[in-house]
Amino acid sequence: MKRLVILIAALALIVAACGDDDDSTATTAGAAGTTATTAPAPATTAAPTTTEPVPEGVQAKADACALGETDGDLNLYNWTEYIPYGSLAEEAEVTDILGAFEEETGVKVVLTEYDSNETMLAQIDAGVGFDVVVPSDYMVSIMRSAGLLVKLNPNAIPNMANIAPEFTDLPYDPGNQFSAPYQWGTTGIGYKFGSIDDENGVSWGVIFDPAMSEANTGFISLLDDERETMGAALIYLGYSLNTTDPAQVDEAADLIKATKDRLAAFNSSGYWDLLTSGETVVSQGWNGDFLFAYDEASTDDYDAYEDFGYAIPTEGAAAWVDTIAIPATAEHPCSAQTFINFLLDPFIGAELTNYNYYASPNGAATEFIWEEILEWDAIYPPQDVLDRLEFFADLGDFGTYYADAFSAAKS
Amino acid sequence: MTLSDEKARTEEVAANPRLERKAERRESWRGFFHAIPAYVYLIFFFVLPLIIVYVFSFASRSRTGKPELEGWNTDSWQRLGEPLVRTIVTRSVFVAVLNTVLCLVIGYAFAYWIATRRKQSTRTLLLILVLIPFWSNFLVRTYAWRMLLDSDGYITQLGEMTGLWGRMLFTLPAVFLGLLYGYLPFMVLPLYAAIERIDWSLVEAGRDLYASGTQAFRKITLPLSRPGIIAGSILVFIPSLGAYVTPDILGGAKTTLLGNFIVSQFGSARNWPFGSALSGAILMIMLVATIVYFRSGAKTV
Repeated sequence: MKRLVILIAALALIVAACGDDDDSTATTAGAAGTTATTAPAPATTAAPTTTEPVPEGVQAKADACALGETDGDLNLYNWTEYIPYGSLAEEAEVTDILGAFEEETGVKVVLTEYDSNETMLAQIDAGVGFDVVVPSDYMVSIMRSAGLLVKLNPNAIPNMANIAPEFTDLPYDPGNQFSAPYQWGTTGIGYKFGSIDDENGVSWGVIFDPAMSEANTGFISLLDDERETMGAALIYLGYSLNTTDPAQVDEAADLIKATKDRLAAFNSSGYWDLLTSGETVVSQGWNGDFLFAYDEASTDDYDAYEDFGYAIPTEGAAAWVDTIAIPATAEHPCSAQTFINFLLDPFIGAELTNYNYYASPNGAATEFIWEEILEWDAIYPPQDVLDRLEFFADLGDFGTYYADAFSAAKS
Repeated sequence: MTLSDEKARTEEVAANPRLERKAERRESWRGFFHAIPAYVYLIFFFVLPLIIVYVFSFASRSRTGKPELEGWNTDSWQRLGEPLVRTIVTRSVFVAVLNTVLCLVIGYAFAYWIATRRKQSTRTLLLILVLIPFWSNFLVRTYAWRMLLDSDGYITQLGEMTGLWGRMLFTLPAVFLGLLYGYLPFMVLPLYAAIERIDWSLVEAGRDLYASGTQAFRKITLPLSRPGIIAGSILVFIPSLGAYVTPDILGGAKTTLLGNFIVSQFGSARNWPFGSALSGAILMIMLVATIVYFRSGAKTV
C-alpha cells in the first residue's frame, strides 16, 4: 500500500506539472506565430462614470520633457514581430529600428512581446513598469477611462504633425491626446485560389452561407475572438459590428453555432500557418498576418502569392488601429516620448510598414513606403473598399454580452 | 526528611506514565518539526492561493475588468446556475467520464499484461517505456499529434490507404485520441502497482474450485485491483475535466470545455470573480466526489 501511496503522490506532481503546461499554451502558441494583432475583445461591467486621474508624478514628468530628452533605458512592450530589429530586420531588408534608436539616443531598448491586448492590460494593471505599449483602438478607450495612460506632451513629440488627418480624430482618442497611431489594418478573408468563387469579390458567405461553404467543410477557420468573430457574423447579417441589440448579437451567435460543423478551427494565433500548410483553404484573419505568411511560404522557386489571396468581403469588414501610448506605470516618460517621436518619423514609419505589411497612418511616410506595398489592395484598399470598413468601439458593460454569446455559440 | 523521601518516591512512580506521555509528546513534536517544510509548502502554495481564489470570487470587477477587493457580492456564484454554465459542465463531465472509461479499459489490459510478465527486468523496462513520454513537455507532444493527424500525417495516410478514415485533425475523435494518449500512463501506473501485488495463489484456488476464467477474474482479480482502479480513475478524471490544450490544439477550439471557459474568464473576458467562482465550485465538487469515491472503495476492499 505504501508503494501505491508514493506512486500516487509522484503522479499527482506530474499532473500538477501538466497543469502548468496548460496555462502556458496561449502565450506559446501566439509566440510561435508572426504579427498577431488586434484582438478586439469584450469590455466590461461597472459603468464608466469618470476618468480616473493618472498618478501625478508620471504625468508631471511627461509634461516637463523637452524634445529629444531621455531619462533612462526604454522598456518597450509590443506585439510579437511587430517592429523590425536585429536579424529580423536584416532578413526583411529594412532598417533595424530599435538599433537605430539606440544609436541615435544612447538609450537601451528592452523589448518584451505580447499576443493579446488583454495580456498587456493585465500587466499594466498589475503595475509592471513598461514605458511604451501598443494598445489597439478599443483598448485605448478602456485604458484611458481607467487612468492607465499618460497624456502625451506635444512639445516632446513634434512628429505628431506627420499623422494623416483621417487618423487624428478617431473616437477612441479624439485629438490623439493619449496615443499616437502606429499601424492600421483590416480583418478579412485569406483563401486559397480556386477554393471559392472570387470573380465578383468575396462574400462572408464563403464562411457563413451553408450552400457556398459546403464544399470546404472542415477546411475553414474563424478567429477565436468574441469581438472579431461575432463582428464578421454581424456584418454578414447586415448589422453593425458594434451593435448593442441583444437580439442581433444572439442571431450572430446562432449563425456561428450553425457554421461550427463546417469549421476546422477557431484560431487567432496560427491560422495563417493552417492556411499555407493546407489544413484550411478559407480563413478569417488580419491582412498583415496573411501577407507575412505568404512571404514566408514563398521560396526562390515558389511564389505563394500565386496560390493564396486576401480579400476584404463585399459586405464590409472590421478595421482597426494599433497605437503607441505611455502607460501610467512608466518610469522613463521622457525616453518614451522621444521614442514615440522617433517612430513617427516619416522614414522610420515607412520602414515599419515595409516590414510588417500593415498600412501606415503616418501621412508623411508615404514617400518612403515601397511602391509595391502602396499599390497593394490588401494593405491600402481603394476608396470604395475603405467606405465599407467599420472600427470596433468599446462597448462598456455590454462587452460581456458578446463574451457570453460567443461562449454559448462554441458550446 | 522521611516525608520528602516518600513524596519523591511516590512522585517517581506517578511520573512514570507521565514521563512516557512526555516522551510521546516529544516524539510527536519531532514529527511536527520534520513536517514543517511540508506545512510551509502546503500553506504557501496550496492553502493561500486557494483562499485567494475564494476571496476573489466574491470581489467585484472594475471597468477595465480589474478585480476590485471591495463591493463584495455573490453575483459570480449566482451565475453558476446559468444554462450556459450547465451545458459546459455537462459536456466536460461527459468528456472526462468517457476518457476515464477508455483509459480504464485499455489501461487495465496493458497494466495486467505488464504485471504478469515473468522477468522483473521486462516489467521494469515496460514501466520505463510508459514513463518516457513525461520526459518531454505535454504541449510539444500534443503538437506532435497534430502533425500525425493533419492532411499529410502518417495516421491520415494510413486511414486513406485502408479507406477507413480521413483527416482526423479538428474532429472529436482526435480530441479523445489526444486525451487517451495524454492520461493513459496515469491509469496504467497505479493499476500496475495494484495488480502486481495480487496473490495469484488466490486465483489458482478459485480455479481449483471450478471458477471459470471469467469468474475468477470478476470475483478475485478485479476486487483485489480495486485500489488501483480507484486511484487511476481519479488521476485521469480530474485532469480530463480541466483539459485545455488537447481540445484547443487537436479539436480546433470548437467546443468550450470547462478549462477553456475558465481561461477565457481570466483572459479575454476579464472576469476574474466569475473565473474564481467557477474554479472554486469545481474544486469543492471534486473534493467531495473524491472523498466519497475513496470511502466507497475503501469499504468494499
